[in-house]
Amino acid sequence: MNRRSMREWADFKTETGEGGATVIALTGRYTVSCVGPVDSRLRALDGKIAALDLSGVSEIDTVGAWVAWRTARDHEAAITGASEQAERLIAAVRESKGDGEIAPQRADLVERVPEAVGDLVVGWGQGTVGVIGFLGAMLTSAWHLIRNPGRFRGKALVRQAELVGVSALGIVGLMCFLVGIVIAQQGAVQLRQFGAEFYTINLTGRLAMRELGVLMTAIMVAGRSGSAFAAQLGTMKLTEEIDAMRTIGVSPIEALIIPRVLACTLMMVLLGFYASVMAIIGGAFLANFALGIPFFTFLSRIQEVVPIHDVWVGLIKAPFFGLIIALAGCYQGMQVKANAEEVGSRTTMAVVQAIFMVIVLDAFFAIFFSNVGWG
Amino acid sequence: MNAPETPAAAPPAAASPAPLVDEAKLPDLPEHFDGEYPIVIEGLVNSFGEHTIHQDLSLKVRRGEILGVVGGSGTGKSVLMRSIIGLQIPSAGSIEVLGRSITDAQDDEDIDIRSRWGVLFQGGALFSTLTVAENVEVPLREFYPEIDEALLHEIAGYKVMISGLPEEAAAKYPSELSGGMKKRAGLARALALDPELLFLDEPTAGLDPIGAAAFDRLTKELQETLGLTVFLITHDLDTLYEICDRVAVLAEKQVIAVGTIPELLALDHPWIQEYFNGPRGRAAKDSQARAKSVDNTVNGGA
Repeated sequence: MNRRSMREWADFKTETGEGGATVIALTGRYTVSCVGPVDSRLRALDGKIAALDLSGVSEIDTVGAWVAWRTARDHEAAITGASEQAERLIAAVRESKGDGEIAPQRADLVERVPEAVGDLVVGWGQGTVGVIGFLGAMLTSAWHLIRNPGRFRGKALVRQAELVGVSALGIVGLMCFLVGIVIAQQGAVQLRQFGAEFYTINLTGRLAMRELGVLMTAIMVAGRSGSAFAAQLGTMKLTEEIDAMRTIGVSPIEALIIPRVLACTLMMVLLGFYASVMAIIGGAFLANFALGIPFFTFLSRIQEVVPIHDVWVGLIKAPFFGLIIALAGCYQGMQVKANAEEVGSRTTMAVVQAIFMVIVLDAFFAIFFSNVGWG
Repeated sequence: MNAPETPAAAPPAAASPAPLVDEAKLPDLPEHFDGEYPIVIEGLVNSFGEHTIHQDLSLKVRRGEILGVVGGSGTGKSVLMRSIIGLQIPSAGSIEVLGRSITDAQDDEDIDIRSRWGVLFQGGALFSTLTVAENVEVPLREFYPEIDEALLHEIAGYKVMISGLPEEAAAKYPSELSGGMKKRAGLARALALDPELLFLDEPTAGLDPIGAAAFDRLTKELQETLGLTVFLITHDLDTLYEICDRVAVLAEKQVIAVGTIPELLALDHPWIQEYFNGPRGRAAKDSQARAKSVDNTVNGGA
């Protein structure tokens, strides 16, 4: 037979047997590959059928056997002319009613909507309690570690610091350098209208130190490391690695979470400052070429126009942002229970929550610092 | 089969409604393999870096048999299976499955063979975001898009039942199933396309003895009913004694022997002797002998 030949679909003929009874004669290959189109036509048959003749079937498998058996059952027809193999296959499939539930049970819309809303609200409540509990468990662990500093995982901390901090240097630096350029350029365009182009330096310097450096870094770290934490821990939950750790007596919070949280908190401070510096360099770079302010003049003016408390504002905010990102990542990762899809959704949630919380907290910080006179 | 060439017997196209699908887009029609050896492996070499797993390995699997594959841990049983089903590209050698070469197959041709085998992985490897029934439907949807939803559900339902699961398990997610049920669900998916070849990777590992014995019987029944050729990796001596027609022994990077268990016992290879004549091997043999004698008395009395 030519392999590229058209498929010979299974078919049937309606015949009239003895006494005018209708006999359906199945013909062709009743296999999974050929039975598709004939099935709906067999289903559409109505009227009384006395017998189903299988003698014209050239080949049969369980799918064909099922189709024949179901048709015969629905019409209370007898099966005739079945080969030995066909009979064996029919015997194998006939136990199934074929009307079993395939999809999980779903309630009516009227029930489902309030239920979903209720679940959501309860979920928020439980989530809040869960986060506080998680924070508590972490603080207790941290307290244990302070009392037994020998158990502290220095190597894990260094490894995480490398992943969160050192390997992010390139991308964070490049991003903030470019943002610095944009700020300086846009600022200069506006300030030029007042003849105050020189204030571009103030704008770039103060913005970079107070807000931009830390905020942009936080977003990047949330995307890079917060998501990684959630995915790693989530997968470890699925493969029962975390359960295995517990049974061995290793606390997962001590071994996995504290190093990550600590690394993220510390590295955010360093990365945030580094990012601010890169943004200022970006501004200076643009000023040198587009505004006619020499590079080093720009940098030395920065020292004069940026008050030192701007640096402190950035440095104080950074560890809080790092803590939020790491907590969101680790907490969401540890909540994974069922399947691979949940790892994905928890990872997404970790990043979204982290960035949202960072921005909310940033707004609070802005009000706080201006009220304490660091405006 | 008993019918004449069917194209002539089939009614003309005008009599039947137009096919629901575009014929040109459908994969080729699979044909039944009727050669003697559905799996032929010759001169297989598998190595990972410096470490050689298989050296010049050859094996032929007969049509319609259950071939048990045994070997110590790390002798490359799973790697052998992965090579046969095309997941592991061997360093050298040729593998033919159902008359098609896997080792020099292009992707397109591979697909044709892939609709004709079923694979049960060690942990079941069910898709965790789909229910058991939806898992069974995945290969059907992939290869036979013309099958409509109602029939798909019915097929999934009876496959789940054939695999020895209760019908309500069809609507459950893999995470709600026990280890044994996951294996059965994996088997249901492996059987979805009515394959000619079935690959089982340690199907009874991790099952309780009653569950393992039931799984063995199920495998045997399916092989007899559906005419399957089964490639079965196992450590379970009871499985070997109960259902395997022949056993292939992997050792020293090769298949050192293939044959029935009495044939293997006649060889005086130290590993084979230790394997089958160790305490566990003897226990399995004794229990089988006892089972046979019980059968005989029942038959004699009847």
